Amino acid sequence: MRHDISFTVNGEPYNIAVESHHNLLQVLREQLVLTGTKNGCSEGECGACTVLLNGEPVNACLVLGVEADGHEIVTVEGLATDGHLAPIQQTMIDAGGTQCGFCTPGVLIAAHALLQRNPNPSETDIREGLVGNLCRCTGYTRIVDAVFEAARLQRVSNQ
Amino acid sequence: MQPFDYVKPNSLEEASALLIEHNGDARLMAGMTDLLIRIERGFFHPRLVVDVKALPGMRDLLVVRNGDLRIGAAVTMNEVALSPTARSGWPLLAEGCQSVASYQLRNRATVGGNVCNASPAADSVPALLCYEASVHIFGTDGDRTLPLAEFITGPGRTALQRGELVTAITVPAPARGAAGKFLKLGRTAVGDISVMNVAVLGWPDKATPSGSQWRIALGSVAPTVIRAPEAERILAANTSMAGIEAAAQAASDASRPIDDIRATAAYRRDMVRVLTRRGVEGVLAEIGEQANR
Ligand SMILES: Cc1cc2nc3c(=O)[nH]c(=O)nc-3n(C[C@H](O)[C@H](O)[C@H](O)COP(=O)(O)OP(=O)(O)OC[C@H]3O[C@@H](n4cnc5c(N)ncnc54)[C@H](O)[C@@H]3O)c2cc1C
Ligand code: FES
Ligand code: FES
Repeated sequence: MRHDISFTVNGEPYNIAVESHHNLLQVLREQLVLTGTKNGCSEGECGACTVLLNGEPVNACLVLGVEADGHEIVTVEGLATDGHLAPIQQTMIDAGGTQCGFCTPGVLIAAHALLQRNPNPSETDIREGLVGNLCRCTGYTRIVDAVFEAARLQRVSNQ
Repeated sequence: MQPFDYVKPNSLEEASALLIEHNGDARLMAGMTDLLIRIERGFFHPRLVVDVKALPGMRDLLVVRNGDLRIGAAVTMNEVALSPTARSGWPLLAEGCQSVASYQLRNRATVGGNVCNASPAADSVPALLCYEASVHIFGTDGDRTLPLAEFITGPGRTALQRGELVTAITVPAPARGAAGKFLKLGRTAVGDISVMNVAVLGWPDKATPSGSQWRIALGSVAPTVIRAPEAERILAANTSMAGIEAAAQAASDASRPIDDIRATAAYRRDMVRVLTRRGVEGVLAEIGEQANR
């Protein structure tokens, strides 16, 4: 059953019709062709589908598309501004926090949200903040390094 | 996945009427973190999901006149875990909610959904049982309130009747000087579902032989989360090292775990003993300190 919804994704307004049983991940990837957000499990375990819903990270595979009506979504495609990578994107590259890259969009969104709510995270804060983002490649150490460095850059630029 | 329609009713009456009208083919949804997976795996086949999140009162998180914490059924795990009110007044519950899955998932998973899903591994339930929480139910035949222990009737089963929905959970304030410990064993240090867990609540009480009162709840070691009343009685009588050992053993004896992919029954039974002992020792250290002040 189709429902008309209005929402913004990365600042762009959209008016589209979505199937009531489609999850937000399907809507983003298949209807809006924003394929940065990944589907690793469809069950809330892996975090590859993490997006911001009104500024808070959620697993897009467990949110219905219709539930986005009237809300603001940010995906990994929305992290850069005017062609400049967000600090966490640059530090992930520099630290080697990404290998195959499948987990990376979700990690970036979760890390971005973590840095918004906690500008000065400890290693435990980072590991707990990213516990819902599984990575089969990096062993996490370099992801943690990248978040530390992004936090430092963020604090410096806010001074 | 079988298609289903979605509706966001504006009133409790409307939600209830939809459930009755669709007679078993409609299913309530909150955060969907349990429901959508069950639909995808083909365990549930609803034709309609009824979103409770916008219903009046569902997002309340406040202390009501009699001092109870009122948690609207659609309040999320993060909202409880990060609430200064919950953390200071009901820390055992805040800890239980904090232990659920990941930050992202806790932004969606609700306390109401956790309770209604009635899993033995539901991490908010041990604390809610220790605090002797009540479940508030709306139905077309009128409202009713049940103690949580009576609301959950079996694994995945609740006392909800046709057309009924949970509106809120109220949690009495713990006794003065109370302290709690929630010890959760997962396959990973944080973020995993409970292999088993133990919640221990204790408070000073001069009327008991040991000078303290206790409540102990055990998760994921029986068809539902259970209390361990014999262990509680032993501790009210005696909190010496022998008393603690006897209580830990009684808690272990109260458990009825099974072997599954996460652990064996024998391991779980053993861990009930170990974690109960640790929980009681932790609580004693805190309430003892307060008593000496
Ligand atoms: C990856 C992952 C990890 C998880 N880890 C944990 C964990 O560590 N600990 C834990 O306890 N749980 C865990 N869960 C399970 C789940 O997240 C929780 O049980 C959650 O609290 C369910 O809440 P919800 O709002 O998502 O419920 P929903 O899925 O929306 O609903 C759950 C059930 O309750 C019913 N329901 C919902 N609201 C009402 C209402 N108001 N009245 C009557 N019935 C209602 C629904 O019909 C459904 O049957 C995990 C789930 C996933 C996917
Ligand atoms: S795809 Fe959503 S958590 Fe894995
Ligand atoms: S980089 Fe491959 S899964 Fe994380």
